[in-house]
Amino acid sequence: MTDVRALYQEVILDHNKNPRNFRVMEDADQFLEGYNPLCGDRYVLYLRMNGETISDVSFTGSGCAISKASASVMSTIVKGRKREEALRLFEQFHDLVTGHNDSHIHPENLGRLAVFAGVSEFPARVKCASLAWHTLKAILQEQKTAVTTE
Amino acid sequence: MSPRADTATMAKPSLDVNRIRSDFPILSRTVHALPLVYLDNAATTQKPESVIDAMSTYYRSVNSNIHRGVHALSEEATEAYENVRELARQFINAASTREIIFVRGTTEGINLVASAFVPTIVQPGDEILITGLEHHSNIVPWQLVCGQTGATLRVVPISDEGEVRIDEFARKLTPRTKLVAIAHVSNALGTVNPMKSMVAHAHERGIPVLIDGAQAVPHIQVDVRDLGADFYAFSAHKMYGPTGVGVLYGKVELLERMTPYQGGGDMIKSVSFERTTYNDLPYKFEAGTPNIAGVIGLGEAIRYLSRLDRAAIEHHEHELLEQCTSMLKEIEGVRLIGTAREKAGVISFVIEGIHPHDIGTILDQQGIAVRTGHHCAQPVMERFGVPATVRASFAIYNTAEEIDRLKTGLLKVREVFG
Repeated sequence: MTDVRALYQEVILDHNKNPRNFRVMEDADQFLEGYNPLCGDRYVLYLRMNGETISDVSFTGSGCAISKASASVMSTIVKGRKREEALRLFEQFHDLVTGHNDSHIHPENLGRLAVFAGVSEFPARVKCASLAWHTLKAILQEQKTAVTTE
Repeated sequence: MSPRADTATMAKPSLDVNRIRSDFPILSRTVHALPLVYLDNAATTQKPESVIDAMSTYYRSVNSNIHRGVHALSEEATEAYENVRELARQFINAASTREIIFVRGTTEGINLVASAFVPTIVQPGDEILITGLEHHSNIVPWQLVCGQTGATLRVVPISDEGEVRIDEFARKLTPRTKLVAIAHVSNALGTVNPMKSMVAHAHERGIPVLIDGAQAVPHIQVDVRDLGADFYAFSAHKMYGPTGVGVLYGKVELLERMTPYQGGGDMIKSVSFERTTYNDLPYKFEAGTPNIAGVIGLGEAIRYLSRLDRAAIEHHEHELLEQCTSMLKEIEGVRLIGTAREKAGVISFVIEGIHPHDIGTILDQQGIAVRTGHHCAQPVMERFGVPATVRASFAIYNTAEEIDRLKTGLLKVREVFG
């Protein structure tokens, strides 16, 4: 039996209980809905850009602890990053939660994302962890329609 | 389980659950190194050895196509297949085997009626009536055919307890209503609908009724003639049989009026490029080589259930339901979704502040299989203001000890989430 604590780490539980940047952004440049029809997770991600830099990011919505904590941690990490950097982080996060993580990722870059490593042991939860990231990627690549994980 | 003194003196029916458990090979496996607790029976039940063997034996020693060959194997296969039609007739007490149509499952049975019956009885502006507790498979086929025919889908609301509002039901039966379609037992809430009186209400106005029996047949002894059902659909896999096969029951006089559902082999008497004569009932609705092994598995599942005392099954599952309901009420923050007076062995619940998906994962890590999600009943979820629920559903092989394991599992959920 894998200890469920490998998935539900303290950081994740904390972000679930007290999500950061959890608000509507009135002056957002862009916002997009992310929806996982399988479990009903539904978030709206708001972004304000300053040129190529993400100057502010926030989200609202509801879903499981993994999806909410992931959206919250993501919001704290991508704020102030360049578009290309954020897209690279998406790839790294995706590799991490799908278990394709390898040595080309510097641990310091992973930082707070590392708490999601346990997700790779729970294939049914990969979509939960990556929902907010897929939504972010869609905004950064200027996709206009809502993101679903199906 | 040893029978308690009071139940023995009251001579309540009982099941030999230990013996039943030994009939189901999968129940001896472990999940995450713990004995499996399988509480997802409303999604699909496990299969007894006899069902698995019957299907395997068919492929090993009988396999051939039915209804056509003159050789021995074809005759044996045809006989085995058609014997199940008689078993199914007895199982639901239909009047004739002509009323037993083998389909892929409940969903196909409902779609068959939507495609082959509804267009023959509705005009634009007519209505089809369903209820607020239906599974998507008893909603979407009607929406499709309404779109094609100009009919309108009407919905009878449900109460806060998850019961169909019978006053509203009676009010919504109008001269425009041409068909009523209702679940016998709700898959998301466990509610058992008062089918007999609902059918009687509809019949007073001359309206035929389709009953979605997917969740009912494993729990309740169904008698389609006593219910008065015009159509009754169910799936083998929810009653200890294989996936991919089920039965649509329909009254002969309705089936005869209907157009074929699909064209192909077996559903015809003769074909030329100018004209085709359709086969008699029930073959008119069974185009193509059917799921022969599946039908044989269904027959074995019916035999298996018929060897058990059906009243004892109801009693056993009701005891598990009551035990689980009391247990859940003791867990902090639990809210039951669906508290109808009449319920089958299905319990939906949420825990305040903890998403069902997280509960499902933590239970799974303790070897406990429950269903989490919207259970293909999104309108029900919306009615109760929840995105999803946790659902535990019981079968003949579940035990009181397993409800205790569920309790331990839920306490672990509370511990993780603080």
